[in-house]
Amino acid sequence: MNWTWLHKFASPPHAYRLAGRLAPWFGWPAFVLIVVGLYGGFVLAPPDYQQGEGFRILYVHAPSAWMSMFVYATMSVAAAIGLVWRIKLAHAVAAASAPIGAWFTFAALATGSLWGKPMWGTWWVWDARLTSELILLFLYLGYMALRASIDDRDRADRASAVLALVGVVNLPIIHYSVYWWNTLHQGATISKIGKPSITGDMLWPLLTMLLAFTLYYGAVMLVRLRAEILRRERDASWLREELKP
Amino acid sequence: MPRTPASAMLLMYRRDLVLAFRHWDQIAQPVVFFAMVTTLFPLAISPELGQLRELAGGILWVAALLAALLGLEFLFRADHADGTLEQMMISGQPLALLAIAKGAAHWTACGLPLVLASPLLAISLGVPGAALCTVVVSLALGTGILSALGAIGAALTLGLRRGSVLLSLLVLPLAMPALIFGARAIDMAIHDEQATGPLLLLAAMLVLAVTLAPLAIAAALRISAE
Repeated sequence: MNWTWLHKFASPPHAYRLAGRLAPWFGWPAFVLIVVGLYGGFVLAPPDYQQGEGFRILYVHAPSAWMSMFVYATMSVAAAIGLVWRIKLAHAVAAASAPIGAWFTFAALATGSLWGKPMWGTWWVWDARLTSELILLFLYLGYMALRASIDDRDRADRASAVLALVGVVNLPIIHYSVYWWNTLHQGATISKIGKPSITGDMLWPLLTMLLAFTLYYGAVMLVRLRAEILRRERDASWLREELKP
Repeated sequence: MPRTPASAMLLMYRRDLVLAFRHWDQIAQPVVFFAMVTTLFPLAISPELGQLRELAGGILWVAALLAALLGLEFLFRADHADGTLEQMMISGQPLALLAIAKGAAHWTACGLPLVLASPLLAISLGVPGAALCTVVVSLALGTGILSALGAIGAALTLGLRRGSVLLSLLVLPLAMPALIFGARAIDMAIHDEQATGPLLLLAAMLVLAVTLAPLAIAAALRISAE
């Protein structure tokens, strides 16, 4: 099989140009969909029969939580590709993704806590999902800390890739053990409000926001990837040509 | 004469133990730390045994977790500094198996003393005699998991400045599931419940860690030693 297309795809100059060309194609649809989704969620959707207007934070919270996991998965796949096939671009993708994922995790925690105040009466509940989200944030921070503390770029790439893979094996274990821990300690926690089957006019803004957040991640990742390539290739001659005014 | 991997592992294990016991202070330090951290809790919370008993599982596990982190930093450092690690890599023996042997030696020197000290500390926290067996088993399994996970962290942070803080940041989130089940098992035993469930889950985690961690340790060592 002919793999030259892959190598061309993974070469820094090509990736740099392609990322620059693709970024608006992710960014603008993301912007439009966020506007549409937020309008649908904050204005058009009816208030929840139990939670009233407070439920509307769901339209930011659920997509953030989804993205926190999606980005970690993307990051580990990129790390594995980089580790196995020694493709530097894949490491650059992982490096560009980690801070975005960490911010999504933080956003999910922050909106979850804001949601918790009116619903549960406290800012923080040791709810299974919130706790495993918090541990996910720790995993992101550990990944970024390891990457930041290794000066040699090649070693930083590969060491953090190993860590990302160890983390991805552990994530299901962490998730289920936290779930089990919480259900055993039930009582202090206010049980989650029974999930009513969501109606169509509540659902479509949510799906729109999911898609919008995914596209947004694509756009930001591509821009960060370009910055990452600039940083890594700062001595390359193609870059001097590229940036010539 | 070429050695079989099994005899190479045994050799590695014995060598590491001999080296560890020549530095007896490195063996004693984590145990003393374990005892000190455990002492902090009665001072901070209450000297009343009834109250401490409710928290004993958590206290013992958190203290043991922190104590186990202490020794990890030295797991590969000396071998890295004097070139032994490179000799291990070019010896032709599977690095993952040698990593298991090193991890096992580390557990014998650092984890086992914590396990042996735990009944005494458990009694001081008011844990009833019937639950001591669970304390020992849960910590024996748990320190094994910690040695395996910690060795990954130690291999990744080998030779880094401020590696020890980073090591804790990397290992602690991974160790949280073990903490949940280990502390839970002790808690159940204190309340006269069957603690077999969490202990079996802990054992399953140990099996998984011992199976998969050596591969990650070997990969990380190769990256770090380049």
